[in-house]
Amino acid sequence: MPSSNLKISGLSKRYGDFVALAPTDLDVAQGEFLTLLGPSGSGKTTLLSLIAGLAQPDQGQMLINDVDVTYVAPYERDIGVVFQNYALFPHMTVEENIAFPLKMRNIAPEQARKQAQEALELVRLPQLGKRFPKELSGGQQQRIALARCMVYRPSIILMDEPLGALDKKLRDHMQLEIKRIHRELGTTIVYVTHDQEEAMTMSDRICLMNGGRIEQLGTPAELYFNPRTLFVADFLGESNLFEATVSSVGPDTIGVMLDQGRVPAKTAADGRPLSVGQKVRVMVRPQNLQLSRTPSQDMPGLSATVIDVMITGSLTKLYLNAGFAGETPITVALPTSRQADAWRVGDTLSLHWQAADAVAIAE
Amino acid sequence: MVSIANPSSRAARRTTFRNVLLGAPLVVLLLSLLVYPVAQLLLLSVQKGGEFSMASYVQLFSSSVYLNVLLITLKIAFWTTLFAVIAGYPVAYLISSWPQQKKGGLLFWVLLSFWSSFLVRAFAWIVLLGRNGVVNQLLVALGIVDAPITMLYTFGSTMVGMVHALMPLAILTMLSVMENIDRSLPRAALTLGARPGSAFWRVYFPLSMPGVAAASIMVFVTSIGFFIFPALLGGRRETMIAQIIIVQVEQTLNWGFAGAISVFLLIVVGAVFAVYDRVLGLSSITGTVADDRGPRARNRWAVAFSEGVLNVLAKTSDWLASLLPKRRRSRREPGQSRGLLMIVLTILAFLSLPTVLMIPLSFAGSSGLNWPPRGFSLQWYQQVLESPLWMQALTRSLIVGIGSGLLAMFIGTPAAFLLVRAKMRGKSLMLAFVLSPIIVPRMIIAVGMFYMFSRVGLAGTTLGLTLGHTVIAVPYVVMTMMAVLRNYDTRLDLAAQSLGARPTQVLRHVTFPILIAGLLSSFLFAFATSFDELTISLFASGGLNATLPKQFWDEVNLQISPVIAAVSTCLFVFVAVLIWTADRLRRRSAAQ
Repeated sequence: MPSSNLKISGLSKRYGDFVALAPTDLDVAQGEFLTLLGPSGSGKTTLLSLIAGLAQPDQGQMLINDVDVTYVAPYERDIGVVFQNYALFPHMTVEENIAFPLKMRNIAPEQARKQAQEALELVRLPQLGKRFPKELSGGQQQRIALARCMVYRPSIILMDEPLGALDKKLRDHMQLEIKRIHRELGTTIVYVTHDQEEAMTMSDRICLMNGGRIEQLGTPAELYFNPRTLFVADFLGESNLFEATVSSVGPDTIGVMLDQGRVPAKTAADGRPLSVGQKVRVMVRPQNLQLSRTPSQDMPGLSATVIDVMITGSLTKLYLNAGFAGETPITVALPTSRQADAWRVGDTLSLHWQAADAVAIAE
Repeated sequence: MVSIANPSSRAARRTTFRNVLLGAPLVVLLLSLLVYPVAQLLLLSVQKGGEFSMASYVQLFSSSVYLNVLLITLKIAFWTTLFAVIAGYPVAYLISSWPQQKKGGLLFWVLLSFWSSFLVRAFAWIVLLGRNGVVNQLLVALGIVDAPITMLYTFGSTMVGMVHALMPLAILTMLSVMENIDRSLPRAALTLGARPGSAFWRVYFPLSMPGVAAASIMVFVTSIGFFIFPALLGGRRETMIAQIIIVQVEQTLNWGFAGAISVFLLIVVGAVFAVYDRVLGLSSITGTVADDRGPRARNRWAVAFSEGVLNVLAKTSDWLASLLPKRRRSRREPGQSRGLLMIVLTILAFLSLPTVLMIPLSFAGSSGLNWPPRGFSLQWYQQVLESPLWMQALTRSLIVGIGSGLLAMFIGTPAAFLLVRAKMRGKSLMLAFVLSPIIVPRMIIAVGMFYMFSRVGLAGTTLGLTLGHTVIAVPYVVMTMMAVLRNYDTRLDLAAQSLGARPTQVLRHVTFPILIAGLLSSFLFAFATSFDELTISLFASGGLNATLPKQFWDEVNLQISPVIAAVSTCLFVFVAVLIWTADRLRRRSAAQ
């Protein structure tokens, strides 16, 4: 059982009347890669600043390796931060930048130089030590910022949207690099991003935040398949949300009646505390919707008309209209194939799904 | 100066023509009213009775008097620079670190002091440091001294006045660099294990050095040419070079000798700039940030030395901080210490209080200018309003100020367009030329202009003064407009063109409406420069033709009276309103 590396209880922060962070609890295990995900203003950067010691909490407590660090200065915390703009010191060479934290820890210059070189090798830029930061590309600066942070082996590394300034291809590459370094060093990483794809790719667990509080905390799969709130369902990946009323509650499945068209359907139970007659939203991912030309007897479906077909690469997306006022189009994703290409705008189809692929979320 | 890659093409020729048209007015202005008169003055220094002669230089070096004056000038300039930069640093640091909305409050006091007339401030110190002045009253009341002591007309009072005069310039110069330092750098240093002292000395301070260097040279060069403060606050032993030139022109009309001293002064200023350029590079004056020095400044010994010094400073301040009692639950964010705020407020009080103290004195019932003022009356204001001398001076200053403000704006703005937009060689040379009225000591420009004007009958005329002030004000217009234009998104012009607007329509409907606030503030800048200008007005006008500063100067030299306090108060309020207006303009343009 890995011990808890970072333990936060009841931590909160206000700026005047604005609640930047409501009282929050969070445990991060030794060696875990945890992502704070959320839209801007959701409190993820505030939480990161509090962990780094760059802001002071109003209330609550924070332990790093069982030591209370709630009000400890950043330079005594044993943490490392990779800043959004890298924050490399422009007046120092790459080597001096990396040796800086070692110098601050009174490590002998010779030893510091050796360790800096090792860190440069870790990020695979061993020959750049004598350059100045502004002589490097964005991706290289990013790696140097990582090296400067790794070199003194802090027990937790915080990363504040470190890949935000890079283009897509480089970003994908750096995601793998960060994962590799994380594996090699086994350091705990707390990572902030607003990019849900990045969060899903990299994290052991995702802490999805909204409005200064945690919406849901879990593995990427848990958040994706089993969102607890509408916000989570909507924020993470594409989803179709149908308004419905609970008609029966069983041990494995929950029966619902879709408001649109009074169609009966089933969703996974997942131990959700729902009762008959309750208003819910039924979430089905686009790739889990099935299409047929005619409604089948045992699986009655929602009838809808195709309004648009798009090939987006490996997936073909169909947008359908069920014919109700004010509805958002239903999205269906199919693997691109000649079969999928056969659907035409104007076709009227029947939509259905497996109970296990749907969840009912209380409104 | 203007050259284009392919001169044969027609479009290129048209561009060249446009560039010349934009730059020509300014070049003509500076050539005829700066270069020509100064060159003539230098020629005069090697002539006697129309023949070549080194007599003036022989006179200059035959006794130690003038060398001594030079040494005193350099000494005063050095100490002024040192104190103004050191005391200004924390102020600039704090202002740059405050959030945008709260900054204005602190900055207002710096700007108020920056724009307040040198004369008003010198007069304030005369009153403050006098035998019955506030400072002496305070010292006696506190029991520090038994009887009032002599503070006025000493080295000390000169220094206080000079530092007071030039610290705002130092603060604003450093501020422009500090505003560009990435605030996340010292924060990053903290997370990497640097204590606050180390984070400041090893990361922030080295990055702010270009600002310190630029502020130093601006203050040093400006103070070398000063005469108001040594003349009004100093004694015989605080005579500076500019004062000697005044004596030569006003009393002996010895142009040759005035020219020789001017050459001497120019060489000194040139030498200062040369040394500065060798050590730091001139480009840092215009406020470009530290990091592009890169490897160039990496002299091994210099690096080792500064490393050592910074190390000691860092360790010392960390050690001092560790002695302070530790507050476990400090609510304050790192970097907002109360001690720093107290220091900054004290310095701002030093900058602002002297002029503010003029206000009660101007309403005094008695004429002694003693502190505290006794009685209340409006008689001093009445005297000013009824005096034809003061009223004519005011009218003249307003006319000259508005005239030279407009002229500088119309000549400087096209040049700013050229310097920001055009692709041409010799841009930095052109910029240096544009800035030369600031760099060449004003006394030299004034003497040269006076000589030229008196030969063509312009001396003392409104037109002459307006032209003279335009030369002095135009660099400020160019700098303001360059800053405005750099922030201007030229794609807006392209968008307008793509929507069917012809070039003149683009200017009228898009460019100028957006730039109008910048134009107005550059006009205000030029107006204020002219309104407070004394050096050129000193020779060029007198008697009923005086400008306000000239009338003020004559009056202060004649007698110290509450009338001057009344005028000072009016000027102070006027400047405060100007700054407030300029700030509103800036906000309006920012809101767009």
